[in-house]
Amino acid sequence: MSESGGEGPLLAVESVSVRFGALMALNRVSLDVRSGEILAIIGPNGAGKTTLLNVISGFYHPFEGRIVFAGRDRTRLAPPDVAALGVARTFQNVALFKGMSVLDNIMTGRLLKMRGSFLLDAIWWGPARRQELEHRAVVERIIDFLEIQAIRKTPAGRLPYGLQKRVELARALAAEPTLLLLDEPMAGMNVEEKEDMCRFILDANDELGTTIALIEHDMGVVMDISDRVVVLDYGQKIADGRPDQVRKDEAVLGAYLGLSHD
Amino acid sequence: MDDIDRGVADTFPKLVRGNAQRFPEKVAIREKDYGIWQSYTWRDYHERGRRIALGLASLGFARGDKAAIIGDNRPELYWAVLAVQALGGVPVPLYQDSIEKELAYIVDHAEVRFAIAEDQEQVDKLLHVQAQCPGLEQIVYDDARGMRSYSEPCLMSLAELEERGEKFALGHPTYFDDELAKGQADDTAIICYTSGTTGAPKGAMLSYRNLIVTSRLASEREGLRADDEALAYLPMAWVGDNVLSYAQAIVTGFTINCPESAATVLHDLKEIGPSYFFAPPRIWENMLTNVMIRIEDAAWLKRRLVKFFLEVAQDLERARLSDRPLSAWRRLLYPLGHLLVYGPLRDNLGMRRIRIAYTAGEAIGSEIIVFFRALGINVKQLYGMTEASVFVAVQKDGDVRLDTVGTPMPRVEIKISEQGEVMFRTPGVFQGYFKNPEATQATLVDGWIRSGDAGFLDASGHLKIIDRANDVGRLAHGTLFAPKYLENKLKFSPYVKEAVCIGADRPFVAALVNIDLGAVGNWAERRNIAYTSYTDLSQKPEVYDLIEGEVGRVNQSLVEDEVLRGAQIRKFLILHKELDPDDEEITRTRKVRRGHIARKYAPLIEALYGDRDRADVEAQVTYEDGRTGTIRAGVRIQVVRSGDEAHR
Repeated sequence: MSESGGEGPLLAVESVSVRFGALMALNRVSLDVRSGEILAIIGPNGAGKTTLLNVISGFYHPFEGRIVFAGRDRTRLAPPDVAALGVARTFQNVALFKGMSVLDNIMTGRLLKMRGSFLLDAIWWGPARRQELEHRAVVERIIDFLEIQAIRKTPAGRLPYGLQKRVELARALAAEPTLLLLDEPMAGMNVEEKEDMCRFILDANDELGTTIALIEHDMGVVMDISDRVVVLDYGQKIADGRPDQVRKDEAVLGAYLGLSHD
Repeated sequence: MDDIDRGVADTFPKLVRGNAQRFPEKVAIREKDYGIWQSYTWRDYHERGRRIALGLASLGFARGDKAAIIGDNRPELYWAVLAVQALGGVPVPLYQDSIEKELAYIVDHAEVRFAIAEDQEQVDKLLHVQAQCPGLEQIVYDDARGMRSYSEPCLMSLAELEERGEKFALGHPTYFDDELAKGQADDTAIICYTSGTTGAPKGAMLSYRNLIVTSRLASEREGLRADDEALAYLPMAWVGDNVLSYAQAIVTGFTINCPESAATVLHDLKEIGPSYFFAPPRIWENMLTNVMIRIEDAAWLKRRLVKFFLEVAQDLERARLSDRPLSAWRRLLYPLGHLLVYGPLRDNLGMRRIRIAYTAGEAIGSEIIVFFRALGINVKQLYGMTEASVFVAVQKDGDVRLDTVGTPMPRVEIKISEQGEVMFRTPGVFQGYFKNPEATQATLVDGWIRSGDAGFLDASGHLKIIDRANDVGRLAHGTLFAPKYLENKLKFSPYVKEAVCIGADRPFVAALVNIDLGAVGNWAERRNIAYTSYTDLSQKPEVYDLIEGEVGRVNQSLVEDEVLRGAQIRKFLILHKELDPDDEEITRTRKVRRGHIARKYAPLIEALYGDRDRADVEAQVTYEDGRTGTIRAGVRIQVVRSGDEAHR
């Protein structure tokens, strides 16, 4: 189970702890995200899943432990620096610019890749113009990829929830990330929207080669699309393995069937 | 026609080659892709067709082979049709939303060897179909998205196919031209499977002569030109798209535009602003509904203004259509209305440049035609059939009437059989149904096609269609009952999406109604009526009252009709689900399948003629992947006042 390809993992979380006051949100959690895989992080409410994602993307810094991304220690980087390294994410509660069009929202995903001077951008001339066209081309490919052509010009705030989630995914993909973190990408969706989302996640993984770590509550989805599952409970990792192994794990059953809490 | 008999321009591949020589740089097809309209010239059309053809040849495609074409309107698929024809094969376009069962039937029946599919979705279906139809040897797909993990040896991308074509050409430099030269006017150009409202689909075989002559005559009479622009958005499997977007475009040389996706059609329409447009009634209804919703949502002043000017224009148009004198006061107002309302609205619909627009496939409510014509959009009725290469009768410019489908096209003869059925003989009369001589015999009598429509030619030579011959009946007390006539009146309401009227041999007329989720949903939101789903919304008492008002309006309009006065709708119910082609309730071209509905909803129909005000229903639904599920619901039944009572 711990054999990792030829090279080391894309991301290694090494006995990371996060504490909020007296609460240990994460307690010496270690896990690997391997290049090219879809890793699901599951666990009951309050298990520390989102905290883990926030630590990886630099919103929180661990109180102990190390985070190694692509072979480099980057435990203490701030979110923009993490993003610049090629880590993009979506949020549990949709975080789009409601008044901006879908297209503009996705364009913001390209911001870190834009090099420009304020002046040239203002007059939209020369390199500034060429650059915007290049970024637009990338964005259009993603719009096509996620099949949201019909809402290109619609203000994001006017879209139904399921589509907002898809736009958020589009924005994350626009950054052309090596590692994509998805926080409950299917929360609140109906069956059809979930199926669509599953397909897009699998396609992103397959066609674009994006490594994906996602938090999800829908066990059907998790078992279907992930290569590996990590289970957290009370801030501790209680299982790590292939979906069929995790499904049978005593500790996981205990946590989910409410033997330990709820 | 002379060209055809001299064997010069007697097939589409030859005509395209001619276009590529005459105006190589003229745009033949545009497609919106990655947000930009990409253009392909007639030279591209010819060249890509050639490469695909050679690729198919390298796979052993032989003359007479059938190739299925399935997907949305994409330039690649039009090129594939051309490629298949160039090799002397016969394209069999399939509806892209067909479920596997339907596909399997046609693939098997048409003896399809090759399939050219748009994307993974269609490939998945075809792979399943292949298990039942081993005759299907090779599947070529255009969009490679999601196809990386497929290892089936029968799969090949279009890019790879074209590459193979190039290589094949090196060894066989004259192959393409030789094959192209072998094509003749009376070869079968295409097999269009008509879904039909009864029974299994039938494959109508149309020859090059059928399609080329019909297209040329239609273009001449209607004044179509090479600089016209059309939107290719209706299913490629429908004969209408094949004739307008393929045959007529090639013969006339105009440009077709493929929308970005099915969901963006109305938006793309606005960007393209076509001059030639073709839509079945449901699309016109849909556009009208969208306009109405937006008017209702507008501010008070705007709403009043728009309604006032629309009223003015519609009164004028009605007067014009019935040769009544035009009111001078309204004529004065029209230019102002044009400036304030009609012009902007037309522009917004993408109809500013329309010279010719058709509605066909089904009867259309006269109110819908009046609405669009009042805005200055030249919408005309077209009467056609797959078996006649579409064009039978069209309303001439300047001779449009509400109650007819126009005068016969050039070289079309129409007669009415003793039973009142419309029959016609045209240059487009098909070669017969593929492998179905019984059906051919039933339809084709001494070169005349039996349309199955009841109708007559009026004194001025206009063809008037009453209803499907088999559907016209009488109520128990003898009043004439023409279901479609009533249904179309109902469907003029923006709130009614579909309606099925029952009444033959019954004491009164009753209706099953489908509400329009968009319009009724919007109406409900404005009134703070909460709902969770279509089923929930459909059974709200408020919605029933809304629809009762609409039914009442229809009844009132019948009061003045001597013949149909007794055929008013006395009871109705709103169905808990939308009629769906996957459930075989309507055809893929959205024609109601009465027989099936009568069987499926028999308990509901009995309840309509009983005393109860509710009925329980259990219905099977079929999902697109062929799985089935069951919906259970209680449906309310509502009684409507007759128009006569309301009158008093």
